[in-house]
Amino acid sequence: MSGAVDAWWWPYVMIVVAGWLATDVWRWIGVLVAGRLREDSEFLGWVKAVATALVAGVIARLILFPSGALEGAPLWLRLAAAFLGFVAFLVMGQRLIVGVLTAEVLLIAGWLALGL
Amino acid sequence: MSDFDVSSPPDQRLPSHVWFFRGARAIVSLPAVILTAAFIGYAGLARESGLTLGETLMLTGLVWALPSIVVMTGAITSGMGIVPAAIAVALASVRLMPMTVALLPILREENGLTPRWKLFLASHFVAVTAWVYAMIHLPHIPREGRLPFFIGFGATISAFVFCVTGIAYQLVGEMPTPVTAALFLLTPVYFLCSLWGASKISSEKAAMIAGLVLGPIFYVYLPGLDLLWTGLLGGTLAYLGTRIVRAVRP
Repeated sequence: MSGAVDAWWWPYVMIVVAGWLATDVWRWIGVLVAGRLREDSEFLGWVKAVATALVAGVIARLILFPSGALEGAPLWLRLAAAFLGFVAFLVMGQRLIVGVLTAEVLLIAGWLALGL
Repeated sequence: MSDFDVSSPPDQRLPSHVWFFRGARAIVSLPAVILTAAFIGYAGLARESGLTLGETLMLTGLVWALPSIVVMTGAITSGMGIVPAAIAVALASVRLMPMTVALLPILREENGLTPRWKLFLASHFVAVTAWVYAMIHLPHIPREGRLPFFIGFGATISAFVFCVTGIAYQLVGEMPTPVTAALFLLTPVYFLCSLWGASKISSEKAAMIAGLVLGPIFYVYLPGLDLLWTGLLGGTLAYLGTRIVRAVRP
């Protein structure tokens, strides 16, 4: 097993099984159950909450524990850029472009100001 | 409301490929620009996380839902086993199922005329951007044109984004460090905003806050299975919490 895990092709097997199949299976189930499942059922409410919390966990992880170049920015700068970008998004009528651009500009401005 | 909720009479129908190309042309839109920017950010994230170009492109083309792609990227780089990785990705992409359920009655022709294999094919393009666009615009298209229009839109935008992701991956190495860092930050900020914008009910907003708080805690104390625990515990707490609040204050 560890031989397979170390092989160059192992990530591609991971992508097909754990990435592609684990994602597309929900789309296929959606086609199969359309018309039979109420979109506002309690079970689906719980399922959506679990999915949302999981993706939110990914967001926090990417900001608090990034890899590569972003690691070079201090934690407070990463948090401030992301948080203020989100605040700008909320204040300016929930426009994605506003939130994303605000965070990006703040990060680069902070980066240059600190002379990193 | 829908302008054309029925199929056009047979003598007035446009051929399917006309609708396909109209769908392809429709990708020139602001949501598509933002999605492309998000994938440019992802290319930076993937490269900085140590993924190869082949892995990055395969994830982009096969998975085609950015949250699942990012979860999978984390699973590969942290050496997660294939089973926990599949569970984490399945939990992250479960929202595609109700989205598909909601789209299907709009997409297919009445009387079950649409072959099911075409619906399976079209379902691969269900992801937030294409879905929101389809839910808004498909009702204004005659029934017989909706499926080719949606497939044209989905296939074109994913092919375009696939190419841009590959080019961006190659360019990231030659960019100044703050730009690379900013590209990495683009993905979490894009998710932060779009997830909040997409959650219509309070339990999803509560789940988002719970995930933001629990994610780093589990990452430090339960590495490897942190995403599963964040999703299951955070989501269940948020769901039960909002149910209790709803029961106490109806």
